[in-house]
Amino acid sequence: MATTISPEAVEKTVYDALPQFGVEESDISRDATFEQLDVDSLDLAELSQIIEDEYGVQLKGDDVGKIKTVGDAIDLVVNRAG
Amino acid sequence: MKREVVVTGIGAVTPLGTGARTLYERWRAGVSGIQDGLGACTEFDPTEHLSKKEARRADRFTQFAMVASDEALREAGWADELPYDAGRIGCIIGTGIGGIGTLEHGKQTLLEKGPKAVSPLAVPLMMGNAGAAGVAMRHRLRGHSYSILSACAAGAHSIGAATRMIQTGDADAVVAGGSEAALTPLSKAAFAALDALSDTGISRPFDAQRDGFVMGEGAGVLVLEDADRARERGATVLARIAGYGASSDAYHLTAPEKDGGGAIEAMKRALEDAGFGPQDVVYVNAHGTSTPLNDRAETIAIKHVLGSGVPVSSLKSSIGHLLGAAGAVEAVATILAMRDRVAPPTLNYEHPEEGLDLDYVPNEARTLDSNGAPAVALSNAFGFGGHNAVLCLEAL
Repeated sequence: MATTISPEAVEKTVYDALPQFGVEESDISRDATFEQLDVDSLDLAELSQIIEDEYGVQLKGDDVGKIKTVGDAIDLVVNRAG
Repeated sequence: MKREVVVTGIGAVTPLGTGARTLYERWRAGVSGIQDGLGACTEFDPTEHLSKKEARRADRFTQFAMVASDEALREAGWADELPYDAGRIGCIIGTGIGGIGTLEHGKQTLLEKGPKAVSPLAVPLMMGNAGAAGVAMRHRLRGHSYSILSACAAGAHSIGAATRMIQTGDADAVVAGGSEAALTPLSKAAFAALDALSDTGISRPFDAQRDGFVMGEGAGVLVLEDADRARERGATVLARIAGYGASSDAYHLTAPEKDGGGAIEAMKRALEDAGFGPQDVVYVNAHGTSTPLNDRAETIAIKHVLGSGVPVSSLKSSIGHLLGAAGAVEAVATILAMRDRVAPPTLNYEHPEEGLDLDYVPNEARTLDSNGAPAVALSNAFGFGGHNAVLCLEAL
Protein backbone atom coordinates (compact mmCIF):
# COMPACT_ATOMS: atom_id res chain seq x y z
CA MET A 1 0.00 0.00 0.00
CA ALA A 2 1.37 3.44 -0.91
CA THR A 3 2.03 5.83 1.97
CA THR A 4 1.42 8.98 -0.05
CA ILE A 5 -1.11 9.16 -2.81
CA SER A 6 -0.87 11.87 -5.40
CA PRO A 7 -3.89 12.99 -7.41
CA GLU A 8 -1.82 12.34 -10.52
CA ALA A 9 -1.22 8.71 -9.54
CA VAL A 10 -4.93 8.10 -8.84
CA GLU A 11 -5.86 9.84 -12.06
CA LYS A 12 -3.53 7.57 -13.98
CA THR A 13 -5.03 4.49 -12.30
CA VAL A 14 -8.58 5.57 -13.15
CA TYR A 15 -7.68 6.64 -16.69
CA ASP A 16 -5.95 3.30 -17.28
CA ALA A 17 -8.85 1.30 -15.82
CA LEU A 18 -11.77 2.84 -17.71
CA PRO A 19 -10.74 1.71 -21.23
CA GLN A 20 -10.72 -1.87 -19.92
CA PHE A 21 -14.46 -1.45 -19.38
CA GLY A 22 -14.96 -0.34 -22.98
CA VAL A 23 -14.71 3.45 -22.48
CA GLU A 24 -13.06 5.37 -25.34
CA GLU A 25 -9.81 6.90 -24.07
CA SER A 26 -10.53 10.14 -25.90
CA ASP A 27 -13.80 10.57 -23.96
CA ILE A 28 -12.14 10.44 -20.54
CA SER A 29 -11.67 13.68 -18.61
CA ARG A 30 -12.09 14.82 -15.01
CA ASP A 31 -15.38 16.49 -15.92
CA ALA A 32 -16.87 13.55 -17.79
CA THR A 33 -19.73 11.94 -15.90
CA PHE A 34 -19.86 8.19 -15.52
CA GLU A 35 -23.29 8.31 -17.10
CA GLN A 36 -21.85 9.98 -20.21
CA LEU A 37 -19.12 7.34 -20.34
CA ASP A 38 -21.69 4.53 -19.94
CA VAL A 39 -19.92 3.43 -16.76
CA ASP A 40 -22.51 1.70 -14.59
CA SER A 41 -22.63 0.11 -11.15
CA LEU A 42 -20.86 -3.06 -12.29
CA ASP A 43 -18.02 -1.03 -13.81
CA LEU A 44 -17.73 1.00 -10.61
CA ALA A 45 -17.55 -2.22 -8.60
CA GLU A 46 -14.61 -3.26 -10.75
CA LEU A 47 -13.01 0.16 -10.47
CA SER A 48 -13.41 0.05 -6.68
CA GLN A 49 -11.63 -3.28 -6.63
CA ILE A 50 -8.70 -1.90 -8.65
CA ILE A 51 -8.43 1.14 -6.38
CA GLU A 52 -8.58 -0.90 -3.20
CA ASP A 53 -5.93 -3.24 -4.54
CA GLU A 54 -3.64 -0.36 -5.43
CA TYR A 55 -4.26 2.15 -2.62
CA GLY A 56 -6.03 0.22 0.12
CA VAL A 57 -8.93 2.62 -0.08
CA GLN A 58 -12.39 1.10 0.00
CA LEU A 59 -15.23 2.63 -2.00
CA LYS A 60 -18.54 1.26 -0.87
CA GLY A 61 -22.14 1.60 -1.92
CA ASP A 62 -22.73 5.04 -0.38
CA ASP A 63 -19.57 6.43 -1.97
CA VAL A 64 -20.51 5.18 -5.38
CA GLY A 65 -23.82 7.02 -5.11
CA LYS A 66 -22.01 10.30 -4.46
CA ILE A 67 -19.51 10.29 -7.28
CA LYS A 68 -20.85 11.54 -10.57
CA THR A 69 -17.72 12.44 -12.49
CA VAL A 70 -14.29 10.95 -13.04
CA GLY A 71 -12.88 13.85 -11.01
CA ASP A 72 -15.24 13.05 -8.10
CA ALA A 73 -13.86 9.53 -7.96
CA ILE A 74 -10.25 10.67 -8.04
CA ASP A 75 -10.81 13.32 -5.34
CA LEU A 76 -12.65 10.88 -3.09
CA VAL A 77 -9.81 8.37 -3.25
CA VAL A 78 -7.16 11.02 -2.61
CA ASN A 79 -9.10 12.50 0.34
CA ARG A 80 -9.88 9.12 1.81
CA ALA A 81 -6.24 8.11 1.62
CA GLY A 82 -5.08 11.41 3.10
CA MET B 1 -58.06 -24.82 -30.61
CA LYS B 2 -54.36 -24.39 -29.95
CA ARG B 3 -52.56 -21.43 -31.44
CA GLU B 4 -50.26 -22.51 -34.25
CA VAL B 5 -46.56 -21.73 -33.74
CA VAL B 6 -44.18 -21.06 -36.62
CA VAL B 7 -40.48 -20.41 -37.00
CA THR B 8 -39.60 -17.18 -38.80
CA GLY B 9 -35.88 -16.91 -38.08
CA ILE B 10 -32.98 -19.17 -37.17
CA GLY B 11 -29.40 -18.59 -36.14
CA ALA B 12 -26.45 -20.72 -35.10
CA VAL B 13 -22.87 -20.59 -33.94
CA THR B 14 -21.27 -24.01 -34.22
CA PRO B 15 -17.95 -25.76 -34.81
CA LEU B 16 -18.82 -25.62 -38.54
CA GLY B 17 -18.81 -21.80 -38.43
CA THR B 18 -21.15 -18.92 -37.70
CA GLY B 19 -24.54 -19.10 -39.38
CA ALA B 20 -27.44 -21.52 -39.66
CA ARG B 21 -26.90 -22.15 -43.39
CA THR B 22 -23.19 -22.67 -42.86
CA LEU B 23 -24.04 -25.34 -40.32
CA TYR B 24 -26.55 -27.14 -42.48
CA GLU B 25 -24.71 -26.91 -45.80
CA ARG B 26 -21.40 -28.09 -44.37
CA TRP B 27 -23.03 -30.95 -42.50
CA ARG B 28 -24.94 -31.97 -45.64
CA ALA B 29 -21.64 -31.95 -47.55
CA GLY B 30 -20.06 -34.22 -44.95
CA VAL B 31 -17.71 -31.65 -43.43
CA SER B 32 -16.54 -32.29 -39.87
CA GLY B 33 -16.16 -29.48 -37.36
CA ILE B 34 -14.25 -31.73 -34.97
CA GLN B 35 -10.51 -31.23 -34.57
CA ASP B 36 -8.28 -33.04 -32.11
CA GLY B 37 -11.30 -34.61 -30.47
CA LEU B 38 -13.15 -31.36 -29.81
CA GLY B 39 -15.94 -29.49 -31.56
CA ALA B 40 -14.71 -25.96 -30.85
CA CYS B 41 -15.98 -22.78 -32.49
CA THR B 42 -12.47 -21.87 -33.57
CA GLU B 43 -13.57 -19.18 -36.03
CA PHE B 44 -15.75 -17.36 -33.51
CA ASP B 45 -14.44 -13.91 -32.56
CA PRO B 46 -16.85 -12.12 -30.20
CA THR B 47 -15.46 -8.68 -31.06
CA GLU B 48 -16.64 -9.11 -34.65
CA HIS B 49 -20.20 -9.06 -33.36
CA LEU B 50 -20.22 -7.42 -29.94
CA SER B 51 -18.83 -4.22 -28.47
CA LYS B 52 -15.96 -4.48 -26.02
CA LYS B 53 -18.34 -3.81 -23.16
CA GLU B 54 -20.90 -6.39 -24.36
CA ALA B 55 -18.21 -9.02 -24.86
CA ARG B 56 -16.65 -8.60 -21.41
CA ARG B 57 -20.08 -8.62 -19.77
CA ALA B 58 -20.85 -12.04 -21.25
CA ASP B 59 -19.44 -15.51 -20.71
CA ARG B 60 -18.64 -17.32 -23.94
CA PHE B 61 -21.94 -19.22 -23.78
CA THR B 62 -23.85 -15.94 -23.62
CA GLN B 63 -21.78 -14.52 -26.48
CA PHE B 64 -22.76 -17.50 -28.63
CA ALA B 65 -26.44 -17.01 -27.77
CA MET B 66 -26.33 -13.29 -28.54
CA VAL B 67 -24.68 -13.79 -31.93
CA ALA B 68 -27.05 -16.61 -32.89
CA SER B 69 -30.00 -14.46 -31.81
CA ASP B 70 -28.81 -11.58 -34.01
CA GLU B 71 -28.94 -13.86 -37.04
CA ALA B 72 -32.36 -15.26 -36.13
CA LEU B 73 -33.89 -11.83 -35.56
CA ARG B 74 -32.39 -10.49 -38.80
CA GLU B 75 -33.97 -13.33 -40.74
CA ALA B 76 -37.31 -12.78 -39.03
CA GLY B 77 -37.18 -9.16 -40.13
CA TRP B 78 -36.90 -7.91 -36.56
CA ALA B 79 -33.50 -6.26 -36.86
CA ASP B 80 -34.76 -2.68 -36.99
CA GLU B 81 -37.94 -2.91 -34.95
CA LEU B 82 -39.80 -5.51 -32.93
CA PRO B 83 -43.07 -6.40 -34.67
CA TYR B 84 -45.05 -6.77 -31.43
CA ASP B 85 -45.31 -5.08 -28.05
CA ALA B 86 -42.01 -5.97 -26.36
CA GLY B 87 -43.93 -7.21 -23.32
CA ARG B 88 -45.54 -9.86 -25.53
CA ILE B 89 -42.18 -11.28 -26.66
CA GLY B 90 -40.56 -13.92 -24.47
CA CYS B 91 -37.01 -15.24 -24.31
CA ILE B 92 -35.91 -18.72 -23.23
CA ILE B 93 -32.28 -19.75 -23.66
CA GLY B 94 -31.40 -23.14 -22.22
CA THR B 95 -28.00 -24.39 -21.17
CA GLY B 96 -26.54 -27.51 -19.66
CA ILE B 97 -23.92 -25.93 -17.46
CA GLY B 98 -23.93 -22.14 -17.93
CA GLY B 99 -20.80 -20.02 -17.51
CA ILE B 100 -18.42 -22.68 -16.33
CA GLY B 101 -15.45 -20.93 -17.96
CA THR B 102 -16.14 -17.90 -15.75
CA LEU B 103 -16.59 -20.14 -12.72
CA GLU B 104 -13.25 -21.87 -13.26
CA HIS B 105 -11.45 -18.59 -13.86
CA GLY B 106 -12.99 -17.12 -10.68
CA LYS B 107 -11.97 -20.13 -8.63
CA GLN B 108 -8.42 -19.85 -9.96
CA THR B 109 -8.32 -16.17 -8.98
CA LEU B 110 -9.68 -17.00 -5.52
CA LEU B 111 -6.98 -19.60 -4.92
CA GLU B 112 -4.12 -17.54 -6.33
CA LYS B 113 -4.98 -14.01 -5.19
CA GLY B 114 -7.58 -14.34 -2.47
CA PRO B 115 -11.27 -13.44 -2.17
CA LYS B 116 -10.81 -9.69 -2.71
CA ALA B 117 -9.52 -10.29 -6.21
CA VAL B 118 -12.60 -12.19 -7.41
CA SER B 119 -14.35 -10.18 -10.12
CA PRO B 120 -17.74 -8.60 -9.38
CA LEU B 121 -18.69 -9.86 -12.85
CA ALA B 122 -18.22 -13.51 -11.83
CA VAL B 123 -21.80 -14.17 -10.72
CA PRO B 124 -23.63 -12.31 -13.52
CA LEU B 125 -21.46 -14.06 -16.09
CA MET B 126 -21.58 -17.59 -14.71
CA MET B 127 -25.27 -17.77 -13.81
CA GLY B 128 -27.16 -20.22 -15.97
CA ASN B 129 -29.77 -17.63 -16.94
CA ALA B 130 -27.13 -15.21 -18.30
CA GLY B 131 -27.83 -16.35 -21.88
CA ALA B 132 -31.52 -15.47 -21.61
CA ALA B 133 -30.67 -12.19 -19.87
CA GLY B 134 -28.12 -11.28 -22.53
CA VAL B 135 -30.43 -12.01 -25.45
CA ALA B 136 -33.42 -10.28 -23.82
CA MET B 137 -31.38 -7.14 -23.06
CA ARG B 138 -29.76 -7.09 -26.48
CA HIS B 139 -33.11 -7.03 -28.27
CA ARG B 140 -35.20 -5.38 -25.52
CA LEU B 141 -37.52 -8.38 -25.18
CA ARG B 142 -39.69 -7.66 -22.14
CA GLY B 143 -41.98 -10.68 -21.88
CA HIS B 144 -41.46 -13.90 -19.90
CA SER B 145 -37.75 -14.65 -19.82
CA TYR B 146 -35.73 -17.39 -18.16
CA SER B 147 -33.45 -20.33 -18.78
CA ILE B 148 -34.08 -24.03 -18.77
CA LEU B 149 -31.40 -26.31 -17.37
CA SER B 150 -32.00 -29.90 -18.36
CA ALA B 151 -28.52 -30.94 -19.44
CA CYS B 152 -28.44 -32.08 -23.05
CA ALA B 153 -32.18 -31.64 -23.50
CA ALA B 154 -32.16 -27.93 -22.55
CA GLY B 155 -32.19 -26.56 -26.10
CA ALA B 156 -35.16 -28.69 -27.13
CA HIS B 157 -36.99 -28.05 -23.85
CA SER B 158 -36.56 -24.31 -24.42
CA ILE B 159 -38.15 -24.50 -27.85
CA GLY B 160 -40.93 -26.68 -26.44
CA ALA B 161 -41.59 -24.32 -23.53
CA ALA B 162 -41.54 -21.36 -25.91
CA THR B 163 -44.11 -23.09 -28.09
CA ARG B 164 -46.36 -23.62 -25.07
CA MET B 165 -45.87 -19.99 -24.00
CA ILE B 166 -47.29 -18.85 -27.33
CA GLN B 167 -50.04 -21.48 -27.34
CA THR B 168 -51.27 -20.48 -23.89
CA GLY B 169 -51.33 -16.83 -24.91
CA ASP B 170 -48.59 -15.67 -22.54
CA ALA B 171 -46.63 -14.36 -25.52
CA ASP B 172 -47.12 -13.63 -29.21
CA ALA B 173 -43.53 -14.51 -30.01
CA VAL B 174 -40.54 -16.02 -28.22
CA VAL B 175 -36.83 -15.99 -28.99
CA ALA B 176 -35.77 -19.47 -27.90
CA GLY B 177 -32.79 -21.75 -28.08
CA GLY B 178 -29.82 -23.19 -26.27
CA SER B 179 -26.20 -22.34 -25.71
CA GLU B 180 -23.11 -24.00 -24.28
CA ALA B 181 -19.42 -23.20 -23.89
CA ALA B 182 -18.03 -25.93 -21.68
CA LEU B 183 -14.78 -26.88 -23.38
CA THR B 184 -13.02 -26.05 -20.13
CA PRO B 185 -10.50 -28.06 -18.10
CA LEU B 186 -12.94 -28.93 -15.32
CA SER B 187 -15.83 -30.04 -17.48
CA LYS B 188 -13.58 -31.96 -19.86
CA ALA B 189 -12.00 -33.77 -16.91
CA ALA B 190 -15.39 -34.40 -15.32
CA PHE B 191 -16.98 -35.89 -18.44
CA ALA B 192 -13.83 -37.96 -18.97
CA ALA B 193 -14.07 -39.23 -15.39
CA LEU B 194 -17.61 -40.41 -16.19
CA ASP B 195 -16.17 -42.38 -19.09
CA ALA B 196 -18.61 -40.52 -21.32
CA LEU B 197 -16.06 -39.13 -23.78
CA SER B 198 -14.61 -40.81 -26.85
CA ASP B 199 -11.01 -41.94 -26.33
CA THR B 200 -10.45 -41.91 -30.06
CA GLY B 201 -11.88 -38.39 -30.42
CA ILE B 202 -14.17 -39.58 -33.18
CA SER B 203 -17.92 -39.07 -33.08
CA ARG B 204 -19.46 -42.10 -34.82
CA PRO B 205 -23.06 -42.44 -33.71
CA PHE B 206 -24.65 -45.87 -34.10
CA ASP B 207 -21.37 -47.43 -35.32
CA ALA B 208 -20.19 -50.61 -33.60
CA GLN B 209 -16.87 -48.92 -32.74
CA ARG B 210 -18.41 -45.85 -31.09
CA ASP B 211 -16.69 -45.15 -27.81
CA GLY B 212 -18.31 -42.07 -26.32
CA PHE B 213 -19.21 -38.54 -27.30
CA VAL B 214 -17.02 -35.70 -28.50
CA MET B 215 -17.60 -32.41 -26.65
CA GLY B 216 -18.67 -29.42 -28.70
CA GLU B 217 -19.75 -25.83 -28.09
CA GLY B 218 -22.07 -23.31 -29.72
CA ALA B 219 -25.62 -22.01 -29.77
CA GLY B 220 -28.83 -22.26 -31.74
CA VAL B 221 -31.61 -19.68 -31.55
CA LEU B 222 -35.03 -19.58 -33.21
CA VAL B 223 -37.67 -16.90 -33.52
CA LEU B 224 -41.07 -18.47 -32.84
CA GLU B 225 -44.28 -16.60 -33.53
CA ASP B 226 -47.99 -17.10 -33.32
CA ALA B 227 -48.74 -18.17 -36.90
CA ASP B 228 -51.70 -15.83 -37.41
CA ARG B 229 -49.74 -12.80 -36.28
CA ALA B 230 -46.73 -13.82 -38.36
CA ARG B 231 -48.91 -14.12 -41.45
CA GLU B 232 -50.62 -10.81 -40.71
CA ARG B 233 -47.29 -9.02 -40.78
CA GLY B 234 -46.24 -10.86 -43.94
CA ALA B 235 -43.39 -12.82 -42.36
CA THR B 236 -41.68 -15.63 -44.24
CA VAL B 237 -42.45 -18.88 -42.43
CA LEU B 238 -39.56 -21.37 -42.36
CA ALA B 239 -41.32 -24.18 -40.53
CA ARG B 240 -43.98 -25.05 -38.03
CA ILE B 241 -43.46 -26.40 -34.52
CA ALA B 242 -46.09 -29.07 -35.11
CA GLY B 243 -45.66 -30.84 -31.80
CA TYR B 244 -43.67 -31.15 -28.62
CA GLY B 245 -43.34 -34.04 -26.21
CA ALA B 246 -41.35 -34.43 -23.01
CA SER B 247 -40.88 -37.08 -20.38
CA SER B 248 -38.61 -38.22 -17.59
CA ASP B 249 -36.95 -41.62 -17.30
CA ALA B 250 -36.97 -41.28 -13.48
CA TYR B 251 -34.44 -44.05 -13.66
CA HIS B 252 -30.76 -43.03 -13.46
CA LEU B 253 -28.65 -39.86 -13.22
CA THR B 254 -26.69 -40.57 -16.37
CA ALA B 255 -27.81 -43.78 -18.10
CA PRO B 256 -30.87 -43.95 -20.34
CA GLU B 257 -33.45 -46.64 -19.76
CA LYS B 258 -32.21 -49.68 -21.66
CA ASP B 259 -35.57 -50.28 -23.32
CA GLY B 260 -35.83 -46.63 -24.37
CA GLY B 261 -38.95 -46.17 -22.23
CA GLY B 262 -38.69 -42.45 -21.49
CA ALA B 263 -37.59 -41.65 -25.03
CA ILE B 264 -40.52 -43.62 -26.42
CA GLU B 265 -42.96 -41.63 -24.28
CA ALA B 266 -41.50 -38.29 -25.37
CA MET B 267 -41.56 -39.25 -29.07
CA LYS B 268 -45.15 -40.50 -28.83
CA ARG B 269 -46.25 -37.35 -27.03
CA ALA B 270 -44.64 -35.15 -29.69
CA LEU B 271 -46.47 -37.06 -32.42
CA GLU B 272 -49.77 -36.97 -30.54
CA ASP B 273 -49.35 -33.25 -29.89
CA ALA B 274 -48.84 -32.75 -33.62
CA GLY B 275 -51.76 -34.95 -34.56
CA PHE B 276 -49.51 -37.05 -36.78
CA GLY B 277 -48.99 -40.78 -37.04
CA PRO B 278 -45.71 -42.67 -37.49
CA GLN B 279 -46.28 -42.81 -41.25
CA ASP B 280 -46.14 -39.01 -41.49
CA VAL B 281 -42.53 -38.77 -40.26
CA VAL B 282 -39.97 -38.67 -43.10
CA TYR B 283 -36.83 -38.11 -41.03
CA VAL B 284 -35.52 -38.35 -37.46
CA ASN B 285 -32.74 -36.10 -36.23
CA ALA B 286 -31.42 -38.43 -33.56
CA HIS B 287 -29.92 -37.46 -30.24
CA GLY B 288 -27.25 -39.92 -31.47
CA THR B 289 -24.44 -39.13 -29.06
CA SER B 290 -22.01 -41.88 -30.11
CA THR B 291 -22.15 -43.40 -26.64
CA PRO B 292 -22.76 -47.15 -26.42
CA LEU B 293 -25.85 -46.76 -24.22
CA ASN B 294 -27.66 -43.86 -25.87
CA ASP B 295 -27.43 -45.08 -29.43
CA ARG B 296 -28.73 -48.52 -28.53
CA ALA B 297 -31.62 -47.25 -26.37
CA GLU B 298 -32.52 -44.59 -28.93
CA THR B 299 -32.54 -47.14 -31.74
CA ILE B 300 -34.96 -49.28 -29.72
CA ALA B 301 -37.15 -46.23 -29.07
CA ILE B 302 -37.26 -45.08 -32.70
CA LYS B 303 -38.03 -48.60 -33.87
CA HIS B 304 -40.82 -48.88 -31.32
CA VAL B 305 -42.48 -45.60 -32.26
CA LEU B 306 -41.78 -45.31 -36.00
CA GLY B 307 -40.62 -48.72 -37.24
CA SER B 308 -37.38 -49.41 -39.07
CA GLY B 309 -37.88 -47.62 -42.36
CA VAL B 310 -37.42 -43.96 -41.49
CA PRO B 311 -34.04 -42.31 -42.22
CA VAL B 312 -32.24 -41.34 -39.00
CA SER B 313 -29.06 -39.30 -38.71
CA SER B 314 -27.02 -37.50 -36.09
CA LEU B 315 -25.57 -34.00 -36.42
CA LYS B 316 -23.24 -34.91 -33.55
CA SER B 317 -21.22 -36.96 -36.05
CA SER B 318 -20.15 -33.65 -37.60
CA ILE B 319 -19.91 -31.19 -34.69
CA GLY B 320 -19.85 -33.30 -31.53
CA HIS B 321 -22.21 -32.96 -28.61
CA LEU B 322 -23.15 -29.35 -27.85
CA LEU B 323 -24.82 -30.36 -24.57
CA GLY B 324 -27.45 -27.74 -23.67
CA ALA B 325 -27.18 -26.19 -27.13
CA ALA B 326 -27.57 -29.50 -28.96
CA GLY B 327 -31.36 -29.63 -29.12
CA ALA B 328 -31.60 -26.09 -30.48
CA VAL B 329 -28.77 -26.40 -33.01
CA GLU B 330 -30.23 -29.70 -34.19
CA ALA B 331 -33.68 -28.15 -34.57
CA VAL B 332 -32.13 -25.39 -36.70
CA ALA B 333 -30.37 -27.91 -38.94
CA THR B 334 -33.45 -30.13 -39.15
CA ILE B 335 -35.63 -27.23 -40.28
CA LEU B 336 -33.26 -26.43 -43.15
CA ALA B 337 -32.95 -30.10 -44.07
CA MET B 338 -36.71 -30.51 -44.20
CA ARG B 339 -37.10 -27.39 -46.33
CA ASP B 340 -34.61 -28.96 -48.76
CA ARG B 341 -36.13 -32.44 -48.42
CA VAL B 342 -32.71 -33.81 -47.56
CA ALA B 343 -31.56 -36.22 -44.87
CA PRO B 344 -28.04 -35.10 -43.95
CA PRO B 345 -25.59 -37.90 -43.18
CA THR B 346 -24.32 -39.68 -40.10
CA LEU B 347 -20.57 -39.29 -40.62
CA ASN B 348 -17.97 -41.89 -39.65
CA TYR B 349 -20.51 -44.71 -39.86
CA GLU B 350 -18.70 -47.85 -41.05
CA HIS B 351 -19.39 -50.85 -38.84
CA PRO B 352 -22.94 -52.01 -38.21
CA GLU B 353 -23.71 -53.42 -34.77
CA GLU B 354 -26.15 -56.22 -34.20
CA GLY B 355 -29.52 -54.78 -33.22
CA LEU B 356 -28.61 -51.28 -34.41
CA ASP B 357 -30.24 -51.74 -37.76
CA LEU B 358 -32.02 -48.51 -38.62
CA ASP B 359 -31.34 -46.52 -41.78
CA TYR B 360 -28.66 -44.20 -40.35
CA VAL B 361 -28.00 -42.37 -43.66
CA PRO B 362 -24.32 -43.30 -43.54
CA ASN B 363 -21.77 -40.75 -44.75
CA GLU B 364 -23.74 -39.24 -47.63
CA ALA B 365 -26.76 -36.99 -47.64
CA ARG B 366 -29.88 -38.35 -49.27
CA THR B 367 -32.81 -36.72 -51.00
CA LEU B 368 -36.10 -37.43 -49.28
CA ASP B 369 -39.43 -37.94 -50.93
CA SER B 370 -42.34 -36.55 -48.98
CA ASN B 371 -44.67 -37.14 -51.95
CA GLY B 372 -45.45 -33.48 -52.25
CA ALA B 373 -46.70 -33.34 -48.66
CA PRO B 374 -45.09 -31.12 -45.98
CA ALA B 375 -41.91 -32.74 -44.64
CA VAL B 376 -42.32 -33.82 -41.03
CA ALA B 377 -39.36 -34.65 -38.81
CA LEU B 378 -38.75 -35.53 -35.19
CA SER B 379 -35.74 -34.03 -33.42
CA ASN B 380 -34.74 -35.93 -30.28
CA ALA B 381 -32.89 -34.59 -27.26
CA PHE B 382 -32.19 -36.60 -24.13
CA GLY B 383 -30.30 -35.28 -21.12
CA PHE B 384 -28.46 -36.54 -18.06
CA GLY B 385 -31.02 -36.82 -15.31
CA GLY B 386 -33.31 -38.71 -17.66
CA HIS B 387 -34.86 -35.60 -19.21
CA ASN B 388 -36.31 -36.22 -22.67
CA ALA B 389 -37.59 -33.58 -25.09
CA VAL B 390 -38.76 -34.22 -28.65
CA LEU B 391 -39.81 -31.66 -31.23
CA CYS B 392 -42.00 -32.43 -34.21
CA LEU B 393 -40.98 -30.00 -36.97
CA GLU B 394 -42.83 -29.50 -40.21
CA ALA B 395 -41.55 -27.70 -43.30
CA LEU B 396 -44.10 -26.77 -45.93
